[in-house]
Amino acid sequence: MIRRWLPYPLLSLLLAVIWLVLNQSLAVGTLLLGVLLGIGLGLAYRVLEPPKAHIRNFLLLGRLLLRVLGDIVRSNFAVARLIVHRDRRMHSGFVAIPLTLTDRHGLAVLAGIITSTPGTIWVSHDPDLSILVIHVLDLVDDQAEIDAIKQRYERPLLEIFQ
Amino acid sequence: MSHTLLAAAIVIAQILLLVAMGCSIVRMARGPRAQDRVLALDALYVNAMILLLTIGIRTGSLLYVEAGMIIALLGFAGTFALAKFLMRGEVIE
Amino acid sequence: MSHLDALPPWAAILVTVLMLLGASLACIGSAGLLRLKDFYQRVHAPTLGTTLGTYCMLAASITCFSVLHGRPIFNEILIGVFLTLTAPITLMLLVRTALHRDREAGSDYVPKSPHKP
Repeated sequence: MIRRWLPYPLLSLLLAVIWLVLNQSLAVGTLLLGVLLGIGLGLAYRVLEPPKAHIRNFLLLGRLLLRVLGDIVRSNFAVARLIVHRDRRMHSGFVAIPLTLTDRHGLAVLAGIITSTPGTIWVSHDPDLSILVIHVLDLVDDQAEIDAIKQRYERPLLEIFQ
Repeated sequence: MSHTLLAAAIVIAQILLLVAMGCSIVRMARGPRAQDRVLALDALYVNAMILLLTIGIRTGSLLYVEAGMIIALLGFAGTFALAKFLMRGEVIE
Repeated sequence: MSHLDALPPWAAILVTVLMLLGASLACIGSAGLLRLKDFYQRVHAPTLGTTLGTYCMLAASITCFSVLHGRPIFNEILIGVFLTLTAPITLMLLVRTALHRDREAGSDYVPKSPHKP
């Protein structure tokens, strides 16, 4: 019964919460409309038949997001420094990383993490060879970059999604 | 004391953001390639959204926050459509 | 200045610092558009404005309005959520577009497509 009306409970909850935050109130009318929106849009989303995500470890996901936030702050200042003292010898380039992560949702989160962090950007991913190409602004050591991404982000994502 | 500081900070922040928008516009005009121009347009709307937030703090009106939200959403759709156009030559495949 | 005088000193200083930091980061990010050499370097620059620049400004706005109205006001946070979700998608799509166009043009700088000899 619950599955019938709430095929994606997390999504519906999220939509209802967004509605409440947008209205900045907890009045009965807003609450009711939020619940209706959550259920209605959740049902509408089912028509698209998206692949289901299985998040195994919410605690680890939270810790990963905190780590990413820290990394974003740190690399913001690093990239700002690179732009301000423009160094002609700065070398940037593409790095190919062999991945073990194959889950679509995990890859989507990894793409978001890599691109949100200033200084690295997701360029392309080949699902057959499972090779990811990223572009790094300040490339010093290819192997260090590969290790950093695999250790810091890919390993927790493997535990969370696979 | 702290309030004159705040008033000065608002003006400085707005000037910095205007400089940022100017840089984006220069890059948008200079190119050299189409993807540079789209990237500059993307930066331009984000800067405009941040500028709206400072105006919101200056005037004390929450309306500017709502306007910023709409810019954030519509700017995304615009850049997405432009990038898609550059890739394939049409927006909807 | 009328409404801002109602802010207590700690809030005024917090808003000042956050606002200057956010605006400087956004400015440096856009300056990077002019200072960096090629497209693949420039694509990193606006991330400064969309991540920490926006977060600082949102934090300043949340502090200011919450203190002024005497209750938590945080619908600014939705801007942060939307921007964090959408900014990487635009940048990735732009890089893919640039890569596609560079490959068509036969550039040697970009990595070759693995499916083509």
